[in-house]
Formats: sequence, C-alpha cells, structure tokens
Amino acid sequence: MTAREEVLGRIRSALGDRPAAPPIPRECLRGGVHSPGSPELALQLVDRLEDYRATVVRVGAADDGDIGRAVGDALASREIGQAVTPRGTPREWTGWLADVVVDEGQLSARDLDAIPAVVTGAVVAIAETGTIVLDGGPLCGRRAITLVPDTHVCVVRARDIVQTVPEALARLDPQRPLTFVSGPSATSDIELDRVEGVHGPRTLVVVVVG
Amino acid sequence: MSTFLGIPRARVAGPAADVAVGQLSGDRPFPAAAHEALADSRLRRNLAHATSTIRAKRAAVVEEVPDWEALRDAGSAIKADVMARLPELLEELEANVQSRGGVVHWARDAAEANAIVTRLVRATGAKEVVKVKSMATQEIGLNEALEAAGIQAHETDLAELIVQLGHDKPSHILVPAIHRGRAEIRDIFARQMPGVDPALTDEPRVLAAAARKYLREVFLRAEVAVSGANFAVADTGTLTVVESEGNGRMCLTLPRTLITVMGIEKVVPTWADLEVFLQLLPRSSTGERMNPYTSTWTGVHTVDGSADGVPDGPQEFHLVLLDNGRTRALADELGRTALHCIRCSACLNVCPVYERTGGHAYGSVYPGPIGAVLTPLLTGLTGGHDPNDSLPYASSLCGACYDVCPVKINLPDLLVQLRAQHTEAHTESHRLPSAEATAMKAAAWTMADAGRFAKAGRAATLARHVIRRGRPVLPLPPPLNGWTASRDAPTPPAETFRDWWTRTRGTR
Repeated sequence: MTAREEVLGRIRSALGDRPAAPPIPRECLRGGVHSPGSPELALQLVDRLEDYRATVVRVGAADDGDIGRAVGDALASREIGQAVTPRGTPREWTGWLADVVVDEGQLSARDLDAIPAVVTGAVVAIAETGTIVLDGGPLCGRRAITLVPDTHVCVVRARDIVQTVPEALARLDPQRPLTFVSGPSATSDIELDRVEGVHGPRTLVVVVVG
Repeated sequence: MSTFLGIPRARVAGPAADVAVGQLSGDRPFPAAAHEALADSRLRRNLAHATSTIRAKRAAVVEEVPDWEALRDAGSAIKADVMARLPELLEELEANVQSRGGVVHWARDAAEANAIVTRLVRATGAKEVVKVKSMATQEIGLNEALEAAGIQAHETDLAELIVQLGHDKPSHILVPAIHRGRAEIRDIFARQMPGVDPALTDEPRVLAAAARKYLREVFLRAEVAVSGANFAVADTGTLTVVESEGNGRMCLTLPRTLITVMGIEKVVPTWADLEVFLQLLPRSSTGERMNPYTSTWTGVHTVDGSADGVPDGPQEFHLVLLDNGRTRALADELGRTALHCIRCSACLNVCPVYERTGGHAYGSVYPGPIGAVLTPLLTGLTGGHDPNDSLPYASSLCGACYDVCPVKINLPDLLVQLRAQHTEAHTESHRLPSAEATAMKAAAWTMADAGRFAKAGRAATLARHVIRRGRPVLPLPPPLNGWTASRDAPTPPAETFRDWWTRTRGTR
C-alpha cells in the first residue's frame, strides 16, 4: 500500500463515526463601514502604517509626475540615487532618480543585493491592519525585487484602499504569488522587544496618492 | 519537595508510544522536569517578562475587533468542517497543487517525511538548505535527519537561529528562545556565529543586525529551502506562510527548489476561509493587527503566468503531507478538536503553569496547554512510564487557555478527558490498582449509603486533633504524604454538618 493510500485510509477509519460538517456561522463582518477609496480609509491606513514604523508620504490628487517627485524626495533624503522597478510602473515614478534599473528578470539575487532601493505599486491596501499587498504583476514586480533591496518605496492609490481583510482577499487572485506587507521587516524574538529591520527591507516608505 | 499531581505512580513497562515519532517526548515526566525549571530564577524572570509583555499586546489588539467572538466561532466551525471532510479536502488540495506544477508526497510518520525530504535535497545536489521556522519540521526532527545525511540545515528565524547556535531546544511555539535573555543571546552569537563582530552589544537591534549580516550571504547562495505552512487552501492549491522578519520570504523566493512539510490538518476549504484565519492568527500570536509579512503561493510561478516565462520564485515545488499521529488524534471525537490548532501560542502566554516552568519541562516541541493535549494525542497514552503520560496533569484547569484560543479549543475539557483515559490505561496495564483508585473506590462505597457516610463524617472529625495549621502533626505514611507535601490539609470541624443540622433544625 502506498503512503497516500494508507494515510487516506487511516483518516477515513478515524472518521468512522461520520462527524457532521457543521454549518459555518458567517456573522463576522466582511465589509467595512467606509467604502474603498474614501478619505477616512486613507487616514486610517496612514495611522496604522506609522504605528508599525513605516514612513508615509501623502500626495494629493496627483499625476504620475507628482508621484515621481515624492518618490525622488523620499529616496534623496536617504541619500539613495539608484532603484530597481518593475516593467509596469509609470516611468515618471522613477523620473527623479539618477539611476533606474528596470527589472526584466535579468537580475540575480546578488545583483539585487547591490541595489539600495525598489519602487513599486501595490494592488490593494488594507486600512485596518496597515497592510499593502503585492501580487507579482506588472506594477509590483517579481517577489525578489521587493525583498532584497533595503528600502522599499510603494505607491498606493486611494481607490485601492479597502477597510478590511475580507474585502482585500475578495479583490485578490490566489493564482498569483501574493505578499502581504505590514510595515518594515521586524522581530520580537529577543525578550519580546520589537525591532524593525531584519531580513526584509528595513525601510518601508508608502506614498499614499489621493 | 515533590509536586504531587495525583498521577498514578506505580511504574511498570507499558507499550512505548508507537504512532507519532520525532521530538515529541522528553526523557522524564513533567513534574521532575518542572522541578528543575522552577529552581532557575533567571528562566522564571525571562518567562514572566516575555509572557506578560505579549499578553498585554494581544489583549490590546483583540479589543479593537468588534466581531472577535464571531470570528472565533467561524474559525472553530471551519476547522470542524475540515476534520469532517479531511480526505476529500486533501485530495482536492493535491490535485490543485499538481495542476500548478507542484509535486505532492505523503508521509505516514516522521521517519518517512525525513526520508522524502532528504531524498529530494540529495537529488538537487545541494549540501545545505535554508529553513523557515516550522513546527512540523521541528516535530519530525528534520535538521538532525538532514545532518545525518551530510546536509546542513540553516535555521533562519532569529529565535530558531539562537536555539540552533546555542545547541539548545525551542521552548515556545512562537518565540522559541523566550527562555533566553539578551545577555545570553549576545554570548551565544559571540561564540557561535561565524564572522560575527566579537564586540557586539546585547541590544536587540544590534543582535538582529548581526543575524541579518550573517544570514544574508546564506540566503544569496542557497539552492534549496524547507518550510512549513500555516494554511493550505484546498480549492486553489495555495500555500501560506505567516512571518515577521522576511527570512520566510527569502526562503520562499530565492532558492530554486522549495520543499514544504505540512501536517494534514492544516488544509482549509476555500480562499475566502483565509480571511477568518488571517484576522485571528496575528492578533492572537504576536499581538499585532497583521504580521509584517504573509506570503502565498500556488505551485510554481512565472512573471506572466506562462510555462516558459521569467521565473518568480522557486521553479521546483514539493509538498509533503504528514500524518505522524494526527489520524490517531482524529479518531477521538473530542481529541480531534486539538487538530484545530493554528499554532498561535496564545494559550502558552496565559498559562500559569507554562509561565513558571517554561517549555522545556513538557519534553515535546509542543509545550503549554496545547502541547499537554496534542502531544499525548499524537503519541498515545500508555498507562506506563512514558513521560507524555504526565502531560495532561500539567495544568491547574483554570481555563484561561480556552478563553484566548482563537479557534475555541476546549483545552480544560481535553485535559480532563485525557486524565480519565490515562487512569483507565493505567488500570489496564497494572495488576494492582493505584492508591488513588483504591481511595476512590472506598469513597464510592462510603458515599453510596447514608448511614455509612454519616459514620465516616463523624470519624473524620477526630482528625482535627492531628492537624495543626494545615500540617499533620505526625508525618503521614505514603501515599498520603504526597498529597499534603504541596497542599494544606483542612482541619475538620468538631461537628459534622449533618449533626449540626439535626441539633439545630432537626426537631422542627
């Protein structure tokens, strides 16, 4: 008998009493009070991001050039002039940087380790938890580029901000490789003392647009 | 002074725990191990600080959620549904992982899972693997098995790294180095971490930076990663890892080959079900609204989704589905609810026993209240001298664990049931009944008859002459001295309730 047959056989015999699958109560809240893109959600997102030590830059109803200026300022203030960005971000977003590497999949992990920053978009942001979600698509890039560089600048548009976790999951495609990011990398492994910045980007800058 | 927990004492060889194997048993019973832990004042200080910190964080973020109880109900029901439909859900998961380019393996026990992983790593030619923190691979002792095969396993979670470099054992599900203070961790790094600056201080920030520097090079060269999984979604084939440091992302993204070892109970039916657990787990576990990083993946990925597109993450993915005693727990109607556990560790942080003894005293990689039920359910109670037989007694039954459990596992009920099962197993494996069983039998005979009970009550009042301030005047013979060694003996009154009632009201 294969291990598969044996394990499945053991499970079936363990369930010999035929337990009924219970009805699942779905009284928990799924939608939020505020509709996606509302100003309240942008405020809540900013509050929660800052609570987890992300840096937030607000840009009003802006075009891609304004976003680029905010991205450029955020990196310049950290003395960073080089960044990698995925193919699908508007070129204006990185227009103020001296050295922009567009990722076509050609960069190895070691190449990325030598690049100080990455500039991407996000597909969804969750206000209640201060979370941005990357889906590996044209705006977010493959997973390695938002992981290896030490500073991640992420542009979030107000229309993509939802209030709750269930609203976010409903917008996402599980067939994509998803990364939910809530603040910079952190650990509490030493005496439960929270330290921001371990293996992932130690600095997270979120540009909230609109 | 020994701590007498009412455990049947006499020792004869019972059948060894033979279903689950791996790092699930210590070498001595809980009271003996706890005795040593209680004497370690530094350990108790570290534990008290850490558990009180995390309790407060959890309470604050749970308070924020208006529908917390509804979420717990949903989480509990989804898990009960999973157990009821486990074979179908696992087959669905398998089919979906395979259709997205993953390979699914099944393992009856720890030895088989270790053999599968070792064979897969060897096939890549790699001599080392990077590991995401995972309870399943701790349980099966994968690092030791790989080492025996000449493959080095690098733990990359900071706490797991502390444990690995210190040649130590994990003592908590979430923060395995909770028993270590910063000064001890600094010393471990200074002695054991290759290439570390010997002048490093004991600031958590400095220690975390040292780990980053050391592991960065390991991540960049690694070809194979091994992970566990927090959840696997049957209807999409999606795997999920929830973490904080980014070491998980490194392992799940950079190496060419990814091997995930997952207990069969970790499957959830649908993508939408994740919404419940992604709210319950971070708040219960680290006390955050959301942990810094959650990664999901479905088979192997390319940037444009085509078979020959630019790779995104590992291009070879193996999923190992592990039984190792889980079907044994599943067979028990109440015991199967222990398989609902999402390994948040909230029950450890509120447990008055765990807070004082720490995790090592439990012997198993699963400590605390959930460990005290899950471990004996996986390995079986023998009624003999297996150390795990003592675990259901490692509780005051205060119920704090049940209150915080995000999937509402009734831990006190499980502990009581396991104690009953242990007593029965003990009776079966011993010719002579235990002192406790004999005393209970005598009490039952006395209480069955009103006349006998009244006489026994009057006889007991005489004991007041031999008890002073909670202590017997003369040492009691065994086994009675076991009871009074750690408890006061109540002084019986001069008159029984029945006599008092008859005297004062009996004539009306």
